[in-house]
Amino acid sequence: MHELPQNLANGLMLGLMYGLIAIGYTMVYGIVQLINFAHGEIFMIGGFGALTAYAALPHGTSLWLALPVMILGGVIASVLTATAAERFAYRPLRTAPRLAPLITAIGLSIALQQVVWAFYPGGKKALSFPQFGGDPIGLGSFHLQRNDLFLLVAAPLCMLVLAAFVRLTRTGRAMQATAQDPDTAKLMGIDTDRIIVVAFALGAAFAAVAAVAHGLRYGQVDFTMGFLAGLKAFTAAVLGGIGNVYGAMLGGLVLGVAESMATAYVQDVPGMHQLGGGAWANVWAFVLLIVVLLVRPQGLLGERVADRV
Amino acid sequence: MRKSSLLVVTIAVTAALTLSACGSRGGKSDSGADNAGASNGGGNSSSTKVVIGIDAPISGSLSALGLGIRNSVELAAKQANAKNYVPGVTFSIEAKDDQANPTTGKQNATALVDTKGVVGVVGPLNSSVSLTMQKVFDDAKLAQISPANTSPDLSLGPDWGSGKFARQYQSYFRTATTDVVQGKFAAQYLYNDAKKTKVYVIDDKKTYGAGLASIFADEFKRLGGTVVGTDHINPGDKDFSAIATKVAGAGADSVYYGGEYPDAGPLSDQLKKGGAKVPLFGGDGIYDPEFVKLANGNGEGDLATSVGVPVEELDSAKEFVANYTAANYKDPYAAYGGYSYDAAWAIIEAVKAAVEHNGGKVPADLRTQVLAELGKVKFTGVTGPVAFDEYGDTTNKQLTVYSVQSGAWKKVKSGTYSG
Repeated sequence: MHELPQNLANGLMLGLMYGLIAIGYTMVYGIVQLINFAHGEIFMIGGFGALTAYAALPHGTSLWLALPVMILGGVIASVLTATAAERFAYRPLRTAPRLAPLITAIGLSIALQQVVWAFYPGGKKALSFPQFGGDPIGLGSFHLQRNDLFLLVAAPLCMLVLAAFVRLTRTGRAMQATAQDPDTAKLMGIDTDRIIVVAFALGAAFAAVAAVAHGLRYGQVDFTMGFLAGLKAFTAAVLGGIGNVYGAMLGGLVLGVAESMATAYVQDVPGMHQLGGGAWANVWAFVLLIVVLLVRPQGLLGERVADRV
Repeated sequence: MRKSSLLVVTIAVTAALTLSACGSRGGKSDSGADNAGASNGGGNSSSTKVVIGIDAPISGSLSALGLGIRNSVELAAKQANAKNYVPGVTFSIEAKDDQANPTTGKQNATALVDTKGVVGVVGPLNSSVSLTMQKVFDDAKLAQISPANTSPDLSLGPDWGSGKFARQYQSYFRTATTDVVQGKFAAQYLYNDAKKTKVYVIDDKKTYGAGLASIFADEFKRLGGTVVGTDHINPGDKDFSAIATKVAGAGADSVYYGGEYPDAGPLSDQLKKGGAKVPLFGGDGIYDPEFVKLANGNGEGDLATSVGVPVEELDSAKEFVANYTAANYKDPYAAYGGYSYDAAWAIIEAVKAAVEHNGGKVPADLRTQVLAELGKVKFTGVTGPVAFDEYGDTTNKQLTVYSVQSGAWKKVKSGTYSG
């Protein structure tokens, strides 16, 4: 059990990343009740956008200087893709039966993957992502990767910015209003179409930050990386209570820590050797999800899903 | 209520997708499906035409390996014709594309059996494809030599693990070494040469990876080493930090990984970052330049075994390499070119023996004769001595250990596995 702090830290990092991506799912769902399955690919495209920005900089630029440019590149790529998807794939289907946009989202997800696979130079294989050098910051057997510091700072910062935006700005309050009752919000003079675009764009921007964190942490990006990360983030959003932005982050953390704990300790439980380890982490994560939903169908922090008929 | 039930359905779908994602996204890589050159060996028309069949993934993601096989067999046929190696016989090839798909492989096998003049088949690349082809060839008494199958089951039967060897099909031969040899060789190198005693074994649950890892682990324990822990990953996983923590905490001095480079590279990287600064050791599945790239510079000192000796190093191979270059094929001979060339030559040697035993005339039942002679062929090929044991496996048990040094795989030790 002496590795507990390390396992918690591993889970925390994974969870912060899931949480950042999950915000995009939860905001879009909160406002248009659409599960945007292409969000995982928005995340992936953010990674490629950041990489493109890095490649465009003069060779040998310090990563400290390059990082803001990379984040910007990633955010631009993600936001453009997400708003285009909203405009051309989802908006025409806003009044269609609910399953139609869901299927569109799945189709879009596959299409975006294949576009990157086919057209990004060298995108058929995993591409190396720049990383900070240097040894991990250690304390005995506890290690913290230098590259993870970015995530550790960026994720809480993003949450603060989001909270301030939703509470304090006019657009933020319009967003809350649209989420509560789109028809009344429209009657009050809110341009709901614009609010929906803002929701897609904000989610995409956070996904791009998560993608930069992913690149720094794992040292590579590839066209399939959005698939699993997207599914996990969606799970995190549901776990935390879909529609609630704080829930998304909480759900991400719970999921990340649960996966890390499952990999580390389930094998040691007598009789469970076959059911533990890395290969079973996903199974335990979903067992947790089912248990939580049995007890609290609305998720950990969710309130609205059940009463909105 | 409708919304929440939609949500439940979506979650169920998500769970299913996530869990089934294991293994479904394995290594989509470059596919350059080009057929280089025409498919006949040429020659004069007065002699008997003998066809060497080929089955390999000529298109699709494994086409780089498949085209290497096809071209090498074609080269062998051309060489035999140019030398007039078997008087009165002209060799040509008939290549079938299996796209690494077992069903297509079986159809190809049937087609090759029905093709007039085919006396032997080189291929396929994948063990899973071989499984569906073996019986078709055996029923037709048509010899099959795979240059690349490593699954022990194909020749020794499903119970080889408990020491019960039973040859499955009399028509099946291979020039590639099996995973039994590779896994045991790796264990012996790690314990005897690298002096490691505490290994952590990880695999990707696939037939190749899990099989190799368990053969390795058994031999390592037999030698006196300790397996301090085991774990499995899902192919396509990105985060191995929890596994890295376990490996670091277990006090392992090495890690053995059964699987392929797309997962092994990131795993090696994250192990070292997670505090487990020990070498990762794997099989021919990780012996690829891409592994070094994916490990982000943390692959230094990592090890891999690969079957055979580097083709470029062998004197017997220099002629092959020179001829291959001279033939101007668009695609390289790749990992299995040498084995394919030797497989084709084994068939040619068997044809020669059959003709000689028939008083210099081509026998009417050439297929059966070739099959009978194939078990007895013995010659020095591109990859070393070529001969088959009573199970159809190659008697050449040469392997090489490679290590990552300054960002590239370098040969550490070549050896012959001796049990």
